[in-house]
Amino acid sequence: MANTMDSPRTAVSNPPVQPMETNLTQRDLIRRSATSELPQPERQLTPVAKLIDVSKCIGCKACQSACVEWNDTNPVIGENVGYYTNPHDLTADMFTLMRFTEWVNPETDNLEWLIRKDGCMHCADPGCLKACPAPGAIVQYSNGIVDFVHDNCIGCGYCVKGCPFNIPRISKADHRAYKCTLCSDRVAVGQGPACAKACPTQAIVFGTKEDMKKHAEGRIADLKSRGYANAGLYDPPGVGGTHVMYVLHHNDKPQIYADLPVDPKISAVVQTWKGATKYAGLAVMGLAAAGTILHGLFGNANRVSKHEEEEAQEAVDHAEKRVEDA
Amino acid sequence: MSTPANTASAKVTPAKVGGEDTIRRGPPVEVVRYGPGKRINHWITAISLILLLISGLAMFHPSLFFLTELFGGGQTTRWIHPWIGVVLFFSFFILFAQLWKLNLPNRDDVQWASQIGDVVAGNEEKLPELGKYNAGQKFIFWGMASLIIVLIVTGIMAWEQYFGQLTSIPTQRIALLVHSLAAVAIILIFMLHVYAAIWTRGTISAMTRGTVTGGWAWRHHRKWFKDMAGRGRIDPAE
Repeated sequence: MANTMDSPRTAVSNPPVQPMETNLTQRDLIRRSATSELPQPERQLTPVAKLIDVSKCIGCKACQSACVEWNDTNPVIGENVGYYTNPHDLTADMFTLMRFTEWVNPETDNLEWLIRKDGCMHCADPGCLKACPAPGAIVQYSNGIVDFVHDNCIGCGYCVKGCPFNIPRISKADHRAYKCTLCSDRVAVGQGPACAKACPTQAIVFGTKEDMKKHAEGRIADLKSRGYANAGLYDPPGVGGTHVMYVLHHNDKPQIYADLPVDPKISAVVQTWKGATKYAGLAVMGLAAAGTILHGLFGNANRVSKHEEEEAQEAVDHAEKRVEDA
Repeated sequence: MSTPANTASAKVTPAKVGGEDTIRRGPPVEVVRYGPGKRINHWITAISLILLLISGLAMFHPSLFFLTELFGGGQTTRWIHPWIGVVLFFSFFILFAQLWKLNLPNRDDVQWASQIGDVVAGNEEKLPELGKYNAGQKFIFWGMASLIIVLIVTGIMAWEQYFGQLTSIPTQRIALLVHSLAAVAIILIFMLHVYAAIWTRGTISAMTRGTVTGGWAWRHHRKWFKDMAGRGRIDPAE
Protein backbone atom coordinates (compact mmCIF):
# COMPACT_ATOMS: atom_id res chain seq x y z
CA MET A 1 0.00 0.00 0.00
CA ALA A 2 2.56 2.52 1.14
CA ASN A 3 4.54 2.03 -2.03
CA THR A 4 1.73 3.10 -4.27
CA MET A 5 1.01 6.29 -2.32
CA ASP A 6 3.14 9.36 -2.86
CA SER A 7 2.62 10.68 0.66
CA PRO A 8 1.44 9.36 4.00
CA ARG A 9 -2.26 9.72 4.78
CA THR A 10 -1.89 9.77 8.54
CA ALA A 11 0.66 10.25 11.26
CA VAL A 12 -0.95 7.71 13.53
CA SER A 13 -0.23 4.43 11.80
CA ASN A 14 3.09 2.78 12.18
CA PRO A 15 5.52 3.50 9.37
CA PRO A 16 6.02 1.08 6.53
CA VAL A 17 8.72 -1.42 7.41
CA GLN A 18 10.01 -2.13 3.93
CA PRO A 19 12.85 0.12 2.67
CA MET A 20 11.61 3.13 0.73
CA GLU A 21 13.17 5.59 -1.64
CA THR A 22 12.69 9.21 -0.64
CA ASN A 23 9.97 10.66 -2.79
CA LEU A 24 10.78 14.34 -2.18
CA THR A 25 13.45 14.89 -4.80
CA GLN A 26 14.85 17.79 -6.78
CA ARG A 27 12.37 16.83 -9.52
CA ASP A 28 9.47 17.56 -7.18
CA LEU A 29 10.30 21.22 -6.61
CA ILE A 30 7.71 23.76 -7.70
CA ARG A 31 9.64 26.75 -6.36
CA ARG A 32 13.32 27.31 -5.60
CA SER A 33 14.58 30.55 -4.07
CA ALA A 34 16.47 32.98 -6.33
CA THR A 35 15.93 30.68 -9.30
CA SER A 36 13.96 31.96 -12.26
CA GLU A 37 13.93 28.98 -14.57
CA LEU A 38 12.93 25.89 -12.69
CA PRO A 39 11.75 22.99 -14.85
CA GLN A 40 8.20 22.06 -13.96
CA PRO A 41 8.00 18.73 -12.18
CA GLU A 42 6.78 15.76 -14.19
CA ARG A 43 4.46 14.61 -11.43
CA GLN A 44 2.24 16.36 -8.94
CA LEU A 45 2.46 14.94 -5.42
CA THR A 46 -0.73 14.89 -3.41
CA PRO A 47 -0.84 18.09 -1.31
CA VAL A 48 -0.43 17.28 2.37
CA ALA A 49 -1.35 19.27 5.45
CA LYS A 50 -1.09 19.27 9.20
CA LEU A 51 -4.24 20.22 11.02
CA ILE A 52 -3.96 21.61 14.53
CA ASP A 53 -7.20 21.62 16.48
CA VAL A 54 -6.56 24.08 19.31
CA SER A 55 -9.79 22.99 21.02
CA LYS A 56 -8.37 19.50 21.57
CA CYS A 57 -4.93 20.62 22.74
CA ILE A 58 -4.11 19.94 26.39
CA GLY A 59 -0.80 21.84 26.35
CA CYS A 60 1.35 18.82 27.23
CA LYS A 61 4.19 19.85 24.88
CA ALA A 62 4.66 16.33 23.62
CA CYS A 63 4.83 17.89 20.16
CA GLN A 64 7.72 20.11 21.25
CA SER A 65 9.54 17.15 22.74
CA ALA A 66 8.95 15.03 19.65
CA CYS A 67 10.20 17.87 17.46
CA VAL A 68 13.38 18.23 19.50
CA GLU A 69 13.81 14.47 19.48
CA TRP A 70 13.34 13.95 15.77
CA ASN A 71 15.29 17.00 14.62
CA ASP A 72 18.02 16.36 17.19
CA THR A 73 18.09 19.96 18.37
CA ASN A 74 19.21 21.14 21.79
CA PRO A 75 17.18 24.09 22.97
CA VAL A 76 18.68 25.73 26.05
CA ILE A 77 16.95 24.96 29.34
CA GLY A 78 14.42 27.73 29.83
CA GLU A 79 13.67 29.94 32.76
CA ASN A 80 10.23 30.23 34.35
CA VAL A 81 8.98 33.77 34.09
CA GLY A 82 5.43 33.03 35.20
CA TYR A 83 3.76 31.51 32.20
CA TYR A 84 3.83 28.19 30.49
CA THR A 85 5.30 29.14 27.12
CA ASN A 86 8.76 27.67 27.17
CA PRO A 87 11.15 28.48 25.61
CA HIS A 88 9.81 32.01 25.40
CA ASP A 89 10.04 32.16 21.64
CA LEU A 90 10.82 30.02 18.66
CA THR A 91 14.57 29.59 18.29
CA ALA A 92 16.96 28.04 15.80
CA ASP A 93 16.72 24.96 18.06
CA MET A 94 12.98 25.02 18.72
CA PHE A 95 10.93 24.74 15.55
CA THR A 96 7.55 24.55 17.24
CA LEU A 97 6.25 26.20 20.35
CA MET A 98 3.07 25.98 22.40
CA ARG A 99 1.97 29.55 22.99
CA PHE A 100 -0.31 29.94 26.00
CA THR A 101 -2.74 32.83 26.24
CA GLU A 102 -5.10 33.61 29.10
CA TRP A 103 -8.07 35.28 27.50
CA VAL A 104 -11.25 36.50 29.13
CA ASN A 105 -14.16 36.01 26.80
CA PRO A 106 -16.11 39.30 27.02
CA GLU A 107 -19.37 37.56 26.14
CA THR A 108 -19.25 34.95 28.90
CA ASP A 109 -16.74 36.53 31.27
CA ASN A 110 -15.05 33.15 31.35
CA LEU A 111 -11.31 32.76 31.38
CA GLU A 112 -10.27 30.73 28.36
CA TRP A 113 -6.85 29.19 28.26
CA LEU A 114 -5.86 29.32 24.61
CA ILE A 115 -3.00 27.14 23.48
CA ARG A 116 -1.68 27.45 19.98
CA LYS A 117 1.11 25.34 18.58
CA ASP A 118 3.19 27.90 16.67
CA GLY A 119 5.55 27.05 13.84
CA CYS A 120 5.96 27.28 10.09
CA MET A 121 2.62 27.39 8.29
CA HIS A 122 4.03 26.10 4.96
CA CYS A 123 2.34 28.83 2.91
CA ALA A 124 1.37 28.11 -0.67
CA ASP A 125 2.87 31.54 -1.43
CA PRO A 126 5.88 31.60 0.91
CA GLY A 127 7.26 35.03 1.83
CA CYS A 128 10.54 33.53 3.03
CA LEU A 129 11.19 31.97 -0.35
CA LYS A 130 10.30 35.20 -2.13
CA ALA A 131 12.76 37.19 -0.02
CA CYS A 132 15.63 34.68 -0.12
CA PRO A 133 18.62 35.83 -2.22
CA ALA A 134 20.50 32.51 -2.17
CA PRO A 135 19.66 30.11 -5.00
CA GLY A 136 18.14 26.91 -3.64
CA ALA A 137 18.30 27.82 0.05
CA ILE A 138 14.50 27.63 0.27
CA VAL A 139 12.48 25.15 -1.77
CA GLN A 140 8.83 24.25 -2.13
CA TYR A 141 7.76 20.73 -3.06
CA SER A 142 4.67 19.94 -5.08
CA ASN A 143 3.06 18.43 -1.96
CA GLY A 144 3.20 21.89 -0.37
CA ILE A 145 6.14 21.51 2.03
CA VAL A 146 8.41 24.56 2.23
CA ASP A 147 11.88 23.50 3.28
CA PHE A 148 15.18 25.22 4.07
CA VAL A 149 18.29 23.74 2.44
CA HIS A 150 20.97 24.69 4.93
CA ASP A 151 23.92 24.04 2.65
CA ASN A 152 22.74 26.87 0.41
CA CYS A 153 21.76 29.27 3.19
CA ILE A 154 23.95 32.36 3.61
CA GLY A 155 22.40 33.49 6.92
CA CYS A 156 21.29 36.94 5.74
CA GLY A 157 17.94 36.81 7.54
CA TYR A 158 15.90 37.97 4.54
CA CYS A 159 13.52 35.04 5.14
CA VAL A 160 12.84 36.48 8.60
CA LYS A 161 11.73 39.71 6.93
CA GLY A 162 9.77 37.90 4.23
CA CYS A 163 7.74 35.67 6.55
CA PRO A 164 4.26 37.00 7.45
CA PHE A 165 4.18 34.75 10.55
CA ASN A 166 7.58 35.59 12.11
CA ILE A 167 8.82 32.01 12.02
CA PRO A 168 12.40 31.57 10.72
CA ARG A 169 15.28 31.99 13.16
CA ILE A 170 18.96 32.38 12.34
CA SER A 171 21.30 30.16 14.32
CA LYS A 172 24.02 32.00 16.22
CA ALA A 173 26.09 28.83 15.97
CA ASP A 174 26.17 28.15 12.24
CA HIS A 175 24.50 31.29 10.85
CA ARG A 176 21.82 29.43 8.94
CA ALA A 177 18.04 29.76 9.03
CA TYR A 178 15.92 27.14 10.80
CA LYS A 179 12.22 26.37 11.03
CA CYS A 180 9.74 23.50 10.98
CA THR A 181 10.32 21.24 7.97
CA LEU A 182 6.89 19.60 8.30
CA CYS A 183 9.18 16.61 8.86
CA SER A 184 9.89 16.51 5.13
CA ASP A 185 12.43 13.76 5.82
CA ARG A 186 9.69 11.63 7.42
CA VAL A 187 6.95 12.49 4.93
CA ALA A 188 9.31 11.58 2.09
CA VAL A 189 9.39 7.98 3.35
CA GLY A 190 5.75 7.59 4.25
CA GLN A 191 5.68 8.78 7.84
CA GLY A 192 3.70 11.63 9.34
CA PRO A 193 5.36 14.53 11.20
CA ALA A 194 6.86 13.73 14.60
CA CYS A 195 4.62 16.22 16.46
CA ALA A 196 1.45 14.69 15.02
CA LYS A 197 2.74 11.21 15.81
CA ALA A 198 3.37 12.19 19.43
CA CYS A 199 0.18 14.16 20.11
CA PRO A 200 -1.79 12.18 22.73
CA THR A 201 -5.18 13.78 21.98
CA GLN A 202 -4.80 13.91 18.21
CA ALA A 203 -5.13 17.66 18.34
CA ILE A 204 -2.47 17.48 15.63
CA VAL A 205 -3.42 15.32 12.69
CA PHE A 206 -1.79 14.87 9.33
CA GLY A 207 -2.88 13.74 5.90
CA THR A 208 -3.79 15.06 2.49
CA LYS A 209 -4.90 18.65 2.52
CA GLU A 210 -8.29 17.59 1.21
CA ASP A 211 -8.76 15.02 3.99
CA MET A 212 -7.66 17.53 6.62
CA LYS A 213 -10.22 20.07 5.40
CA LYS A 214 -12.91 17.40 5.59
CA HIS A 215 -11.78 16.39 9.05
CA ALA A 216 -11.85 20.05 10.11
CA GLU A 217 -15.45 20.38 8.90
CA GLY A 218 -16.51 17.68 11.32
CA ARG A 219 -14.64 19.27 14.17
CA ILE A 220 -16.10 22.70 13.40
CA ALA A 221 -19.64 21.30 13.30
CA ASP A 222 -19.00 19.70 16.68
CA LEU A 223 -17.69 22.96 18.16
CA LYS A 224 -20.62 24.93 16.77
CA SER A 225 -23.06 22.46 18.28
CA ARG A 226 -21.38 23.14 21.62
CA GLY A 227 -21.83 26.89 21.48
CA TYR A 228 -18.73 28.07 19.60
CA ALA A 229 -20.66 29.88 16.87
CA ASN A 230 -17.54 31.33 15.30
CA ALA A 231 -15.55 28.12 15.14
CA GLY A 232 -13.77 27.74 11.83
CA LEU A 233 -10.78 26.68 9.80
CA TYR A 234 -7.72 28.93 9.59
CA ASP A 235 -6.33 28.44 6.08
CA PRO A 236 -5.52 32.07 5.20
CA PRO A 237 -6.11 32.89 1.52
CA GLY A 238 -3.74 35.90 1.62
CA VAL A 239 -0.79 33.50 1.38
CA GLY A 240 -2.61 31.13 -0.99
CA GLY A 241 -3.67 28.89 1.87
CA THR A 242 -1.32 27.01 4.16
CA HIS A 243 -0.22 23.43 4.63
CA VAL A 244 -0.47 23.81 8.38
CA MET A 245 -4.02 24.75 9.34
CA TYR A 246 -5.79 25.45 12.59
CA VAL A 247 -9.24 24.68 13.85
CA LEU A 248 -10.00 27.72 16.02
CA HIS A 249 -13.02 27.99 18.31
CA HIS A 250 -12.90 31.76 17.76
CA ASN A 251 -11.98 31.90 14.08
CA ASP A 252 -13.46 35.43 13.87
CA LYS A 253 -10.55 36.73 15.97
CA PRO A 254 -7.37 34.73 15.31
CA GLN A 255 -5.31 37.49 16.96
CA ILE A 256 -6.37 36.32 20.43
CA TYR A 257 -4.31 33.16 19.88
CA ALA A 258 -0.94 34.77 20.69
CA ASP A 259 -1.18 37.23 17.79
CA LEU A 260 -2.00 34.82 14.99
CA PRO A 261 -2.29 37.22 11.99
CA VAL A 262 -5.84 38.03 10.92
CA ASP A 263 -5.09 38.35 7.22
CA PRO A 264 -1.49 37.31 6.63
CA LYS A 265 0.09 38.09 3.28
CA ILE A 266 3.54 38.88 1.99
CA SER A 267 4.17 42.49 2.98
CA ALA A 268 3.77 45.04 0.17
CA VAL A 269 7.19 46.39 1.17
CA VAL A 270 8.76 42.97 0.56
CA GLN A 271 6.88 42.67 -2.73
CA THR A 272 8.24 46.04 -3.88
CA TRP A 273 11.75 45.24 -2.71
CA LYS A 274 11.78 41.84 -4.41
CA GLY A 275 9.70 42.94 -7.40
CA ALA A 276 9.95 46.36 -9.02
CA THR A 277 13.10 47.44 -7.18
CA LYS A 278 15.06 44.36 -8.14
CA TYR A 279 14.22 44.48 -11.84
CA ALA A 280 14.06 48.25 -12.35
CA GLY A 281 17.21 48.74 -10.27
CA LEU A 282 19.20 46.28 -12.33
CA ALA A 283 17.86 47.78 -15.57
CA VAL A 284 18.74 51.34 -14.55
CA MET A 285 22.25 50.38 -13.48
CA GLY A 286 22.76 48.36 -16.66
CA LEU A 287 21.58 51.23 -18.87
CA ALA A 288 23.77 53.72 -17.04
CA ALA A 289 26.80 51.45 -17.42
CA ALA A 290 26.07 50.88 -21.12
CA GLY A 291 25.52 54.63 -21.64
CA THR A 292 28.84 55.61 -20.11
CA ILE A 293 30.71 52.94 -22.07
CA LEU A 294 29.11 54.06 -25.34
CA HIS A 295 29.82 57.71 -24.58
CA GLY A 296 33.35 56.80 -23.63
CA LEU A 297 33.88 55.00 -26.93
CA PHE A 298 32.08 57.35 -29.29
CA GLY A 299 31.79 60.68 -27.49
CA ASN A 300 34.38 63.45 -27.43
CA ALA A 301 36.55 63.57 -24.35
CA ASN A 302 36.98 66.83 -22.47
CA ARG A 303 40.62 67.63 -23.17
CA VAL A 304 42.90 70.40 -21.96
CA SER A 305 44.33 72.27 -24.94
CA LYS A 306 47.97 73.21 -25.38
CA HIS A 307 46.86 76.81 -25.36
CA GLU A 308 45.37 76.40 -21.88
CA GLU A 309 48.63 74.92 -20.61
CA GLU A 310 50.42 77.99 -21.95
CA GLU A 311 47.91 80.32 -20.36
CA ALA A 312 48.47 78.59 -17.03
CA GLN A 313 52.22 79.03 -17.48
CA GLU A 314 51.79 82.72 -18.25
CA ALA A 315 49.52 83.19 -15.27
CA VAL A 316 52.16 81.67 -13.00
CA ASP A 317 54.93 83.84 -14.42
CA HIS A 318 52.74 86.88 -14.07
CA ALA A 319 51.74 86.06 -10.51
CA GLU A 320 55.35 85.48 -9.47
CA LYS A 321 56.26 88.86 -10.84
CA ARG A 322 53.51 90.49 -8.84
CA VAL A 323 54.51 88.68 -5.68
CA GLU A 324 58.09 89.83 -6.17
CA ASP A 325 56.93 93.40 -6.73
CA ALA A 326 54.87 93.27 -3.57
CA MET B 1 49.72 98.59 -5.70
CA SER B 2 46.75 97.79 -3.58
CA THR B 3 44.71 95.31 -5.56
CA PRO B 4 42.82 92.74 -3.50
CA ALA B 5 45.06 89.99 -4.84
CA ASN B 6 48.13 91.72 -3.51
CA THR B 7 46.56 92.32 -0.14
CA ALA B 8 45.83 88.65 0.09
CA SER B 9 49.31 87.64 -0.95
CA ALA B 10 50.84 90.05 1.54
CA LYS B 11 48.94 88.32 4.31
CA VAL B 12 49.88 84.79 3.36
CA THR B 13 53.39 85.28 1.96
CA PRO B 14 55.64 83.56 2.58
CA ALA B 15 53.13 80.81 1.96
CA LYS B 16 53.86 77.37 3.26
CA VAL B 17 54.33 75.75 -0.08
CA GLY B 18 55.00 72.28 -1.34
CA GLY B 19 51.80 70.70 -0.02
CA GLU B 20 48.23 70.66 -1.18
CA ASP B 21 46.84 73.57 -3.20
CA THR B 22 50.20 74.76 -4.43
CA ILE B 23 51.46 75.38 -7.91
CA ARG B 24 54.70 73.76 -9.01
CA ARG B 25 56.44 76.18 -11.27
CA GLY B 26 57.79 73.55 -13.63
CA PRO B 27 57.92 73.83 -16.52
CA PRO B 28 55.53 72.30 -17.14
CA VAL B 29 53.31 73.89 -14.52
CA GLU B 30 51.67 71.41 -12.21
CA VAL B 31 49.23 71.87 -9.36
CA VAL B 32 49.10 69.75 -6.23
CA ARG B 33 45.39 68.96 -5.82
CA TYR B 34 45.47 66.26 -3.16
CA GLY B 35 48.07 65.43 -0.51
CA PRO B 36 48.93 61.81 0.32
CA GLY B 37 46.53 61.68 3.31
CA LYS B 38 43.48 62.48 1.23
CA ARG B 39 44.57 60.15 -1.55
CA ILE B 40 44.99 57.19 0.82
CA ASN B 41 41.66 58.09 2.39
CA HIS B 42 40.03 58.29 -1.01
CA TRP B 43 41.32 54.92 -2.15
CA ILE B 44 40.30 53.13 1.04
CA THR B 45 36.84 54.55 0.47
CA ALA B 46 36.90 53.65 -3.21
CA ILE B 47 38.01 50.06 -2.66
CA SER B 48 35.41 49.65 0.08
CA LEU B 49 32.71 51.02 -2.19
CA ILE B 50 33.65 48.66 -5.02
CA LEU B 51 33.69 45.65 -2.67
CA LEU B 52 30.33 46.72 -1.23
CA LEU B 53 28.94 47.14 -4.70
CA ILE B 54 30.00 43.64 -5.75
CA SER B 55 28.91 41.89 -2.55
CA GLY B 56 25.69 43.90 -2.37
CA LEU B 57 24.72 43.24 -5.98
CA ALA B 58 25.31 39.53 -5.35
CA MET B 59 22.56 39.64 -2.72
CA PHE B 60 20.40 42.05 -4.73
CA HIS B 61 19.65 39.99 -7.81
CA PRO B 62 19.89 36.20 -8.25
CA SER B 63 21.58 36.58 -11.63
CA LEU B 64 24.51 38.22 -9.82
CA PHE B 65 24.70 35.72 -6.96
CA PHE B 66 27.78 34.15 -8.58
CA LEU B 67 29.72 37.23 -7.44
CA THR B 68 29.68 35.74 -3.93
CA GLU B 69 32.39 33.36 -5.19
CA LEU B 70 34.79 36.32 -5.27
CA PHE B 71 34.46 36.52 -1.49
CA GLY B 72 34.63 32.78 -0.89
CA GLY B 73 30.91 31.99 -0.91
CA GLY B 74 27.57 33.30 0.25
CA GLN B 75 28.21 33.00 3.98
CA THR B 76 31.42 35.07 3.79
CA THR B 77 29.75 37.62 1.53
CA ARG B 78 26.93 37.95 4.06
CA TRP B 79 29.19 38.71 7.04
CA ILE B 80 31.85 40.71 5.26
CA HIS B 81 29.50 43.14 3.48
CA PRO B 82 28.39 45.04 6.60
CA TRP B 83 31.93 45.23 7.97
CA ILE B 84 33.19 46.75 4.74
CA GLY B 85 30.30 49.18 5.12
CA VAL B 86 31.62 50.21 8.51
CA VAL B 87 35.10 50.78 7.04
CA LEU B 88 33.63 52.87 4.24
CA PHE B 89 31.54 54.90 6.62
CA PHE B 90 34.50 55.98 8.74
CA SER B 91 36.82 56.38 5.80
CA PHE B 92 34.35 58.54 3.90
CA PHE B 93 33.56 60.75 6.85
CA ILE B 94 37.22 61.44 7.58
CA LEU B 95 37.36 62.66 4.00
CA PHE B 96 34.07 64.50 4.44
CA ALA B 97 35.38 66.45 7.41
CA GLN B 98 38.23 67.78 5.28
CA LEU B 99 36.24 68.61 2.17
CA TRP B 100 32.77 69.76 3.17
CA LYS B 101 33.55 73.48 3.39
CA LEU B 102 34.90 73.60 -0.14
CA ASN B 103 31.79 71.79 -1.32
CA LEU B 104 29.27 74.30 -0.01
CA PRO B 105 27.20 75.56 -2.93
CA ASN B 106 27.62 79.13 -4.22
CA ARG B 107 26.29 81.38 -7.00
CA ASP B 108 28.70 80.02 -9.58
CA ASP B 109 27.20 76.58 -9.08
CA VAL B 110 23.76 77.82 -10.05
CA GLN B 111 25.18 79.39 -13.19
CA TRP B 112 27.17 76.22 -13.97
CA ALA B 113 24.20 73.96 -13.48
CA SER B 114 21.97 76.16 -15.64
CA GLN B 115 24.50 75.76 -18.44
CA ILE B 116 24.76 71.99 -18.12
CA GLY B 117 24.52 71.75 -21.92
CA ASP B 118 27.78 73.65 -22.26
CA VAL B 119 29.33 71.45 -19.57
CA VAL B 120 28.49 68.28 -21.45
CA ALA B 121 29.55 69.80 -24.76
CA GLY B 122 32.89 70.80 -23.19
CA ASN B 123 32.40 74.53 -23.88
CA GLU B 124 34.07 75.55 -20.67
CA GLU B 125 35.01 78.98 -21.97
CA LYS B 126 31.30 79.86 -21.71
CA LEU B 127 31.10 78.78 -18.05
CA PRO B 128 31.93 80.86 -14.98
CA GLU B 129 35.41 80.51 -13.51
CA LEU B 130 35.24 77.98 -10.73
CA GLY B 131 36.91 77.27 -7.42
CA LYS B 132 38.28 73.86 -6.45
CA TYR B 133 34.95 72.11 -7.10
CA ASN B 134 32.23 72.54 -9.69
CA ALA B 135 28.53 71.90 -9.04
CA GLY B 136 28.77 68.40 -10.50
CA GLN B 137 31.53 67.45 -8.11
CA LYS B 138 29.59 69.00 -5.24
CA PHE B 139 26.51 67.03 -6.25
CA ILE B 140 28.55 63.82 -6.14
CA PHE B 141 30.03 64.79 -2.79
CA TRP B 142 26.71 65.56 -1.09
CA GLY B 143 24.95 62.71 -2.87
CA MET B 144 27.55 60.24 -1.64
CA ALA B 145 27.51 61.70 1.87
CA SER B 146 23.74 61.55 2.29
CA LEU B 147 23.37 58.12 0.69
CA ILE B 148 26.16 56.71 2.85
CA ILE B 149 24.28 57.86 5.93
CA VAL B 150 21.07 56.27 4.65
CA LEU B 151 22.94 53.06 3.78
CA ILE B 152 24.74 52.73 7.11
CA VAL B 153 21.55 53.36 9.10
CA THR B 154 19.38 50.97 7.08
CA GLY B 155 22.28 48.53 6.84
CA ILE B 156 22.61 48.32 10.60
CA MET B 157 18.86 47.73 10.86
CA ALA B 158 19.16 44.82 8.44
CA TRP B 159 22.36 43.44 10.05
CA GLU B 160 20.80 40.23 11.33
CA GLN B 161 23.84 38.92 13.18
CA TYR B 162 24.14 41.78 15.68
CA PHE B 163 21.11 43.99 15.24
CA GLY B 164 18.34 41.53 14.36
CA GLN B 165 16.50 42.42 17.57
CA LEU B 166 17.12 46.18 17.40
CA THR B 167 14.09 47.05 15.29
CA SER B 168 10.81 45.31 14.49
CA ILE B 169 10.46 43.12 11.42
CA PRO B 170 8.14 45.58 9.59
CA THR B 171 10.77 48.28 10.16
CA GLN B 172 13.50 45.97 8.87
CA ARG B 173 11.47 45.37 5.70
CA ILE B 174 11.36 49.10 5.04
CA ALA B 175 15.06 49.35 5.88
CA LEU B 176 15.91 46.71 3.27
CA LEU B 177 13.78 48.39 0.61
CA VAL B 178 15.35 51.78 1.32
CA HIS B 179 18.81 50.16 1.46
CA SER B 180 18.38 48.69 -2.03
CA LEU B 181 17.02 51.92 -3.50
CA ALA B 182 19.84 53.93 -1.92
CA ALA B 183 22.33 51.35 -3.20
CA VAL B 184 21.05 51.74 -6.75
CA ALA B 185 21.29 55.52 -6.38
CA ILE B 186 24.83 55.44 -5.02
CA ILE B 187 25.94 53.08 -7.78
CA LEU B 188 24.61 55.58 -10.33
CA ILE B 189 26.49 58.39 -8.59
CA PHE B 190 29.59 56.21 -8.44
CA MET B 191 29.36 55.63 -12.20
CA LEU B 192 28.95 59.36 -12.76
CA HIS B 193 31.98 60.03 -10.56
CA VAL B 194 34.20 57.49 -12.31
CA TYR B 195 33.03 58.43 -15.77
CA ALA B 196 33.42 62.17 -15.17
CA ALA B 197 36.98 61.53 -14.02
CA ILE B 198 37.71 59.53 -17.18
CA TRP B 199 35.86 61.83 -19.58
CA THR B 200 37.60 64.92 -18.19
CA ARG B 201 41.07 63.93 -19.33
CA GLY B 202 43.88 64.60 -16.91
CA THR B 203 41.71 64.27 -13.80
CA ILE B 204 42.77 60.86 -12.53
CA SER B 205 46.36 61.92 -11.76
CA ALA B 206 44.87 64.14 -9.02
CA MET B 207 44.08 60.96 -7.10
CA THR B 208 47.14 58.95 -8.14
CA ARG B 209 50.17 61.25 -8.05
CA GLY B 210 48.17 64.04 -6.43
CA THR B 211 48.84 66.54 -9.18
CA VAL B 212 47.09 67.94 -12.23
CA THR B 213 48.60 69.98 -15.04
CA GLY B 214 48.45 73.74 -14.89
CA GLY B 215 46.28 73.71 -18.00
CA TRP B 216 43.78 71.36 -16.33
CA ALA B 217 43.45 73.67 -13.35
CA TRP B 218 43.25 76.69 -15.66
CA ARG B 219 40.56 75.11 -17.84
CA HIS B 220 38.34 73.57 -15.17
CA HIS B 221 39.02 75.43 -11.90
CA ARG B 222 40.45 78.77 -12.88
CA LYS B 223 39.35 80.60 -9.76
CA TRP B 224 41.14 78.00 -7.64
CA PHE B 225 44.25 78.34 -9.81
CA LYS B 226 44.21 82.13 -9.74
CA ASP B 227 43.71 82.10 -6.00
CA MET B 228 46.81 79.96 -5.48
CA ALA B 229 48.81 82.12 -7.86
CA GLY B 230 47.53 85.29 -6.25
CA ARG B 231 48.52 84.12 -2.79
CA GLY B 232 51.96 83.13 -3.98
CA ARG B 233 51.47 79.47 -3.30
CA ILE B 234 54.08 78.65 -5.88
CA ASP B 235 56.75 76.04 -5.38
CA PRO B 236 59.68 76.37 -5.24
CA ALA B 237 59.31 79.76 -3.63
CA GLU B 238 61.75 82.46 -4.71
